[in-house]
Amino acid sequence: MNWWLIALAVVVIVLFAWYLSTTAGRLDRLHRRIETSTFALDAQLLRRSSIAIELSVAEVLDPASSELIAETAHDARQSIDGDVLQRIAAESALSEVLMQALDDVDEVNLLREDPLAADLLDELSSSIRRVELCRRFLNDAVLACSAIHEHRLVRWFRLAGHTPVPTTWEMDDRQPQGLGFTES
Amino acid sequence: MVCPYAWDVPGGVRSHVADLAAELRERGHFVDILAPLDDDSALADEVTNGGKPIAVRYNGSVARLNFGLRATRQARRWIQNGNFDLIHVHEPVAPGLSLLCIWVADGPIVATWHSSNPHSRILASVNRLAQTAMEKISGRIAVSEDARRTLVAHVGGDAVLIPNGVRVQAFAHPGFHPAMNNPGHSLLFLGRLDEPRKGLSVLLEAMPAIIAADPHVHLYVAGPGDLEDIQDDMAPEIRDHVTLLGLVTEQEKAQALYSADVYVAPNTGAESFGIVLIEAMAAGTAVLAADLPAFARVLSNGRAGRLFPNEDPQALADAAVALLADPQERQRLVAAGSERVRRFDWGVVVDDVLAVYDSVTASGERVTEDLRGQIMGRFSSGLGQGGR
Repeated sequence: MNWWLIALAVVVIVLFAWYLSTTAGRLDRLHRRIETSTFALDAQLLRRSSIAIELSVAEVLDPASSELIAETAHDARQSIDGDVLQRIAAESALSEVLMQALDDVDEVNLLREDPLAADLLDELSSSIRRVELCRRFLNDAVLACSAIHEHRLVRWFRLAGHTPVPTTWEMDDRQPQGLGFTES
Repeated sequence: MVCPYAWDVPGGVRSHVADLAAELRERGHFVDILAPLDDDSALADEVTNGGKPIAVRYNGSVARLNFGLRATRQARRWIQNGNFDLIHVHEPVAPGLSLLCIWVADGPIVATWHSSNPHSRILASVNRLAQTAMEKISGRIAVSEDARRTLVAHVGGDAVLIPNGVRVQAFAHPGFHPAMNNPGHSLLFLGRLDEPRKGLSVLLEAMPAIIAADPHVHLYVAGPGDLEDIQDDMAPEIRDHVTLLGLVTEQEKAQALYSADVYVAPNTGAESFGIVLIEAMAAGTAVLAADLPAFARVLSNGRAGRLFPNEDPQALADAAVALLADPQERQRLVAAGSERVRRFDWGVVVDDVLAVYDSVTASGERVTEDLRGQIMGRFSSGLGQGGR
């Protein structure tokens, strides 16, 4: 009769091990998703700041806006190697300056009469949209991942290894009013 | 692209997938569609056959889906052979090919939520496999606020909102509807006749007042339902001013919209998007709609079409009379409408979808078979062969 108990224990252990290994698998996959999303966001932020710099030197905006955009875009590019929080602050600052500079639809439409400016503004708008998408997808992955991280069993059995609990990327990524449609 | 519902049967998700694929192909992208097919021969060059669909009760109605071991094997083979840069599944929580593809694939996966679905909560919390599948989606899209709320509440996380597209070109200049010849005084209603939420009764209640102000007015009613019932219910004095067109094809719908002077949408609720308003604007018809939030959004709060207080026949009558008497105002609305409708053109919508694709494929990773599921996969393909 003891055999029954042993068999039961074996089944429980196997099920438990299966549970742990699939959870570890989920975690691993989410970490990879976070990695690729971070990579994508990185690329889009770089693209955004380079378009911003192009816009500032193209002499389509007033000198004050151009100067501010150039400076914040430059800061944003510099911050890449630094601390994440500093980087988020720098990128948000760029968003804010762009939002100030391009806040009026009619004014921006006037600028668009110049084909070069229109091209640059379209590209800027599309890269801002892509930053917004990348950030949202990254944060989605981060939230799903940290939910698993917090699970008791995951912590007890150290399923996440030494990977830190990921954090969401909170920055201002609104589209400037003048560039058109944004989701509410 | 994966459509979980049978390709032989017309439906919202199916036409969304077909239109999106057509637009992407036009831009030089390679798109392969995987969908269940009832009749293998007829549509085989349009889609990859994902197996025979089975009618099941799902989410409050009968859906034609396919699932099971053979479908899983089919999905796996499709992923293996396709060597895709990305897969885009539609309605990922429906128990069909979309869910299966997510399960067997690894890499960039985009999913679009179409409808609100009260069952997915059970699915996500009870079924661990389904939950794992949801975690594999790198980019989530919702077609409406409702669909997005469903997703947020049941699966967690967030989604980007990309509205349904309308093939604006298909509605521009479709020709006149043969049964509609009352230019200048034609009203149109579209929708199921016996569905109270579509609001036909509100419009019929408003008719006497409209007829009193404009004796030439004629209301055309297009949509499925018991025509005799409606005929019998109508007051005799309005019967001569109403023509029932019955169920119309897509082509006839475009013609009816094009022939009408004012399209009236008296819907009383439960509209998440209002695609028909966009179709009306694309056809160049002035729109008069109930002030539901979804309609107000589509009509830019009344700039691209008139709004009237919901379920108020008197207000509807006043607005309709004013519009019928003022061709210039109608023209202004039509102009504003065709401007507004550009936002919903597939061309613009596809730009957004491509932006999503870019954001999930930036690392250059491709879609591969998910090896983690392989033990299960071997098991299922073995069983599937054994069962044949």
